Amino acid sequence: MMELLKFEFPGHRAPLRPMRGSAFAGVVNSGSLEVLIESVDLGGRCQVEVKTSANGFRSTWDAVLEDFFARNRFADIKVSINDFGATPAVVSLRLDQAAAEIMEMGAK
Amino acid sequence: MISETFTDWATLKANRHKRLQRASRLAKGKIVSSADIIKLLETVIEPHDRVCIEGNNQKHADYLSRCLAQVAVERIHDLHIVQSNIALSNHLDIFEKGIARRLDFCYSGEQGARMARLVGEGKIEVGAIHTYLELYGRYFMDLTPRVCFIAADSSDRDGNIYTGPNTEDTPPIVESTAFKNGIVIVQVNKIVDKVPRVDVPADWVDYVVESPKPYYIEPIFTRDPAQISDIQVLMAMMVIKGIYAEYEVNRLNHGIGFDTAAIELLLPTYAAELGLKGKICQYMLVNPCPTLIPAIESGFIKSIHSAGSELGMEKYVAARPDVFFDGPDGSMRSNRTFCQLAGHYADLFIGSTLQIDPEGNTSTATLDRIAGFGGAPNFGSDSRGRRHTSKAWLKAGREGHRGNTKMPRGRKLVVQIVETYREHMQPTFVDRLDAWQLKDDFKMELPPVMVYGEDLTHIVTEEGIANLLLCKNDKEREQAIRGVAGFTPVGLARSHRAVDNLRDRGVIKRAEDLGIDKRQANRGMLAARSIKDLVHWSGGLYEPPKKFRNW
Repeated sequence: MMELLKFEFPGHRAPLRPMRGSAFAGVVNSGSLEVLIESVDLGGRCQVEVKTSANGFRSTWDAVLEDFFARNRFADIKVSINDFGATPAVVSLRLDQAAAEIMEMGAK
Repeated sequence: MISETFTDWATLKANRHKRLQRASRLAKGKIVSSADIIKLLETVIEPHDRVCIEGNNQKHADYLSRCLAQVAVERIHDLHIVQSNIALSNHLDIFEKGIARRLDFCYSGEQGARMARLVGEGKIEVGAIHTYLELYGRYFMDLTPRVCFIAADSSDRDGNIYTGPNTEDTPPIVESTAFKNGIVIVQVNKIVDKVPRVDVPADWVDYVVESPKPYYIEPIFTRDPAQISDIQVLMAMMVIKGIYAEYEVNRLNHGIGFDTAAIELLLPTYAAELGLKGKICQYMLVNPCPTLIPAIESGFIKSIHSAGSELGMEKYVAARPDVFFDGPDGSMRSNRTFCQLAGHYADLFIGSTLQIDPEGNTSTATLDRIAGFGGAPNFGSDSRGRRHTSKAWLKAGREGHRGNTKMPRGRKLVVQIVETYREHMQPTFVDRLDAWQLKDDFKMELPPVMVYGEDLTHIVTEEGIANLLLCKNDKEREQAIRGVAGFTPVGLARSHRAVDNLRDRGVIKRAEDLGIDKRQANRGMLAARSIKDLVHWSGGLYEPPKKFRNW
């Protein structure tokens, strides 16, 4: 049974602009996950949708994502995650890899 | 006036002669046939003897141990076994049957759960759990064996012994027994006319038996690069840039595990890109782990001394005598005692662990098992007797100097490398080590700690590096540990202000603080991505055991 979790975060007050396009990181594998970050008009907010095979870790996801948005000056960002039981370490790494990618695209 | 004086100063010698005499019919010279070996053991061993069974990290006197489990318990009982590794079920059978009762050891790995049960039933009385060097030391102090069993590749008809590349623990076992009038019994894979080299001279050996099967040996140091994760690549990059380059670490020991295998496989790629060849990792104290091959072939590593060998690496090691310690016959000579000893005077130890508490104490103990330590506590501690200097040692000493004394001193870098969560979402960082529970359950005097917090200098996780040397007090130290503990309960309980401050001061360093692009943290960085790649790097000299071949 896949669990579907939704999160919303206020965007950064001084976000990096312009942010364009989308970035992807990760693989579909047991113990891994795939992350898609898209630049979408959300009125300045950020949204995250997590589909996960490991149920009952909502508070951990919340902590991981809160930390991610605290580290990155993002607004109007949508994150979609397909998780196959990745540890928080892997989640953070994939998020950071996708974030680095989309920031580079914005800078171009 | 002296009321009583000893006149007999050679009781051990007299007793030894009695034993040899009793067994004279059972041996031809020193050679005992396998048909007579159980009888021989019943004849030369006496109840309450202290018996050392060679049970190393890898090589085991498994045949003799199996034979000991078959002696008549009316004749042989209440033995005191001293043995570094309890690895096979027959090692515990002798306790189950009452042949032995007391045990002093180092490590029990797979047998840990059964050992715990036998301790609970009163069938095993554990003297202590030791580190390797500590137990060998006691062979020459208060735990000298009366009888020892060792395992070797071959013997000639006089009893000269060739141990093969896995000499491991043989020298201290034989020396302590033979020179205190004990009895040395050797199982060999083959009796030959001439041994390739003499590792144990015949004078020190009493009996030799050819075992029906070669001694048991395990390739425990082989890590398949295919199983190294991107996270491990990221952590290895942080170690190379944030610790090895920072301190110019040149003389070190790597623990076993995928974390350190990842470091080894990044030397020819990432470390070379950083211009670190010839500056780091030139002298290593490690077994010939196959994952070292690319770094050796790239000229990164100058010299390696090994505690034991590794199955499949024999030809490769023999073909690189400038790097490894090889005998005049061409094959490697390992020695766990000397390797551990050298580790005391190296500049760095790095290894993994299962649990770390907020004081930085670490443990591999898990509930319901008595697993022991092995060599990590030796390698993973500051050596207070060191006097020679090196850049790394002096820098660590300066950083760790809290100004309590005017006298400068260096110190060893002791690094634990872990992911914040292990498999099944088991947190590595915990408020209380399971070792405390184990202490209570088995009425130990101390919790079995692997590395003490006071010896630990750095923790590396996927979240970053905590340099504990730079912490001004215990409170700061605790925050530095929490600051790399990720989303574990210990990590979530951090003070964000304190951690931000530690990061500003460089006590905590994230990958980005080290200028590492996380997109580079990818298995593509590894010099070899499979066992097959390692075989290629070795020019076909590495011959992996079957279980590691999938082509």
